[in-house]
Amino acid sequence: MTSSRIGRRTVLTLLVAAPTLTVAGNLLDTPTADAVLPSLPAPADILDLGDVLILAGTPTAHMLVLRVDPDGTATLRLPRAEVGQGITTAAAMLVAEELDLPVERVRVELDDARPELLFNQLTGSSNTIRSVYGPIRNAAALARARLLAAAAARLRVPTGALTTRAGVITATDGRAARYGDLAAAAADPKLFVGLVTPKPERDFTVVGTPTSRIDARAMVTGKQRYTLDLDVPGALPTMVRRAPTINGTVRSVDNEAVVRAMPGVLALAVIPTGVAVVAETFGQALDAKEALAVTWNGGTVDDESDDTITAKLRAAAPGFGGPPLLGRAVDAEFDFAFVSHAPMETNSAVADVRADRAEVWAGLKSPINAQEGIAKALGLPVDKVTVHVTQGGGSFGRRLFADAALEAALVSRAVGRPVKLMWSRVDDMRHGRARAASHHKIRAVHALGNVVSFEHRVAGVETDFGHGVGDAITAEAAQLPVAGGLVFAQVVFLTTIKSPYNLGLTGQSLTEVPLKMHTGSWRSVYSANTRGAEEIVVDELARSMGRDPVAFRREFLKTDRQRAVLAKAATEGQWGRAMPAGFAQGIAFHEEYKSCVVYLVELDARDPADPRVVRATIAVDTGRVINPRGLESQLLGALTDGISTTLRAGLHIDRGLPLEGSYSQFHYARQKDSPTDVRIFTMPTTGTPGGAGELGVPAAVGAIANAYARATGRKPRRFPLNFPVDFDPFPR
Amino acid sequence: MPQHTFTVNGKTVTVEAPADLPTLWALRDKLGVTGPKYGCGIDVCKACTSHLDGEAFNPCVTPVSEVAGRSVTTIEGLADGELLHPVQQAWLEQDVAQCGYCQPGQIMAAVALLRRTPTPTDADIDAIENVCRCGSYFRVRQAIKRAAELMRGA
Ligand code: FES
Ligand code: FES
Repeated sequence: MTSSRIGRRTVLTLLVAAPTLTVAGNLLDTPTADAVLPSLPAPADILDLGDVLILAGTPTAHMLVLRVDPDGTATLRLPRAEVGQGITTAAAMLVAEELDLPVERVRVELDDARPELLFNQLTGSSNTIRSVYGPIRNAAALARARLLAAAAARLRVPTGALTTRAGVITATDGRAARYGDLAAAAADPKLFVGLVTPKPERDFTVVGTPTSRIDARAMVTGKQRYTLDLDVPGALPTMVRRAPTINGTVRSVDNEAVVRAMPGVLALAVIPTGVAVVAETFGQALDAKEALAVTWNGGTVDDESDDTITAKLRAAAPGFGGPPLLGRAVDAEFDFAFVSHAPMETNSAVADVRADRAEVWAGLKSPINAQEGIAKALGLPVDKVTVHVTQGGGSFGRRLFADAALEAALVSRAVGRPVKLMWSRVDDMRHGRARAASHHKIRAVHALGNVVSFEHRVAGVETDFGHGVGDAITAEAAQLPVAGGLVFAQVVFLTTIKSPYNLGLTGQSLTEVPLKMHTGSWRSVYSANTRGAEEIVVDELARSMGRDPVAFRREFLKTDRQRAVLAKAATEGQWGRAMPAGFAQGIAFHEEYKSCVVYLVELDARDPADPRVVRATIAVDTGRVINPRGLESQLLGALTDGISTTLRAGLHIDRGLPLEGSYSQFHYARQKDSPTDVRIFTMPTTGTPGGAGELGVPAAVGAIANAYARATGRKPRRFPLNFPVDFDPFPR
Repeated sequence: MPQHTFTVNGKTVTVEAPADLPTLWALRDKLGVTGPKYGCGIDVCKACTSHLDGEAFNPCVTPVSEVAGRSVTTIEGLADGELLHPVQQAWLEQDVAQCGYCQPGQIMAAVALLRRTPTPTDADIDAIENVCRCGSYFRVRQAIKRAAELMRGA
């Protein structure tokens, strides 16, 4: 223990030392199939992005705060964001496990921005569980040891004669003490505790047990508070009128007096991103911002539309030239449209900015970065800016950026009062962030029944990493197993993209096309498109070699662990069973974050313009599973993301602005697009936890596209597959 | 400014607001009833779904003057004190919620469906348009079927 602190209500608060996390150098099993040509390990095989971020966070991994209160509850302050992925529940389970306390008596609060944590307050890269598994167990084990030591002193028996169960310590003679009653004594810095080690994993009784979310009841009763549900004194509804094109700015407001006189309108201010209106209700703020007559300066991509962007991307990915000298080539080119993150809760934040300080509330996955950005924009010292992390209504990468928090702070300063800022759905889709469009050229060459090479050249519109991940990567750059001189994006690409197959000489590269648009990592960053496209080519390669897709994968996957997951999905999903005309199965594999997964879907494509996934079988190996119910939720969400982005959901860019501004236009899946039968199989749990939050998307994309190809006989090449402008766009 | 009197979750309330103010903002901004969520404001996402005289309605497009004299139920009014409605109970059993933001609307839509159709088919459930961006649809479907069982006393 490095320090302890006794506060007003606080009785046992631990700031606990954790051991450094170590990263295994050799994460590959020895390839077993000898008929195939082994591929060299890619950088991501040796050290993946999650590892990089964990390493960057390691120096501060011990700075977790766990508190035991007199009421017998334990509270963990988690320096991460909860946006639906269930990490607060998993963290509570880890505490409960080590502390021998029921999960219901463990609370998890999201930490404010804590600059001293450096790179260890970032929620991304599916690394939360990977990064906190050890530190939380250590913290809770130490808390339990201190409670035991306090009980031993009070009951005058050696600690060896004590047992802990459900928050009570009992001596062999039957005398007992409750944690709550020991909390003060346990905080005494003079108390001696020896070396503490967490429970051996074979003794786990909570971890690995299907557990419901700790906040589920609050969610189903309407009590769960999101940013705009907070009651910050004096904070008033605020909305912003935005430009007709991305990054356009205000030249003049032409009817200010008229709008100021509208019912409920309280203040109006021009900010860099538009014109902010503060009103008594959001309904009035919305009416007023719509009523504004504004003359705009142009934006940064006014001349860009889908066709110009696609042309740039296609030109940026070099082609392969003529046919290969040896063997037969399977060539394929793919285009993926921009995709909105579109979390249900639009961009929102509450801000109270005074002359000498600021306080901000928002769902933030990178709050330290937010704090720095806000301090800089306001000209305040960083320690005068308090950033509270609120639970978010979805993220999918979106809340890595503090756009709304920064904007709210600027409005609050401009109007001189606290504000509650909400983006309209239209603005969230048009001026929010999106997954960058990308183009892919893939060539696989086979000869004499073997695959001799597999090359994948990706061109993407630049993805913005200016949210703190870039800084964390820079801090660890010296340790990366890749050549120097790479930009962040290439580092991210190389630490996330790898082929799970032995496909001979394998190469994957990324070229970025810089366009001043609002982009950001979208669940699985490059993998959804890049690995999704590769899984389509694997099917086409199998076909070209006269092989069944599952048999081909079984032969060319690198490890037995991968093959076991494939076999599980193929068996449980009855691969190869007869399907009616217009229906087909599709399968795909993905490995990342030390985890692997297979999706096997059945698609009803009798109407190719409106296909539906009717059944899905998913098999997964994520090492040690903390909460199987949470894991299944993540895989289910990834399936829905795959259905949406493969079949119908994307953004059309038209002269500098997305046309889509509503879920009636951006066709994210609804209930009628979802399968009525989903079964998920988890491989036996072993070792340490792998990541799971983003794992499923690339395999879901590949499986659905492959099913579409088999059902319709059409090669899937442009995503989403059905992408008409089937709506009247909102006025700009 | 006109006054509008109606009941919210069994309590009589009066709000002073323009007649055309959407009920969603009367609830959230004037009455502090934050269970119904904004997701679009144009009757597309259904995140705000609540009940008006026992039937599903979307307060984001219903002017407050239209609910005067009527009875509004939001997610906060669904349980009977600590006793959850069977649909809420089923939601907990199936651990449906991810971020939870769409779930008040999903639950209120499911309650309305089960009132009309006590044993809904998959096609009936498909007709629920509420968006869940976290993609929890399959668990929503299972929870509706489970709630139907609970309500039949199974
Ligand atoms: S907010 Fe009411 S339907 Fe979307
Ligand atoms: S649970 Fe997040 S939108 Fe449905």
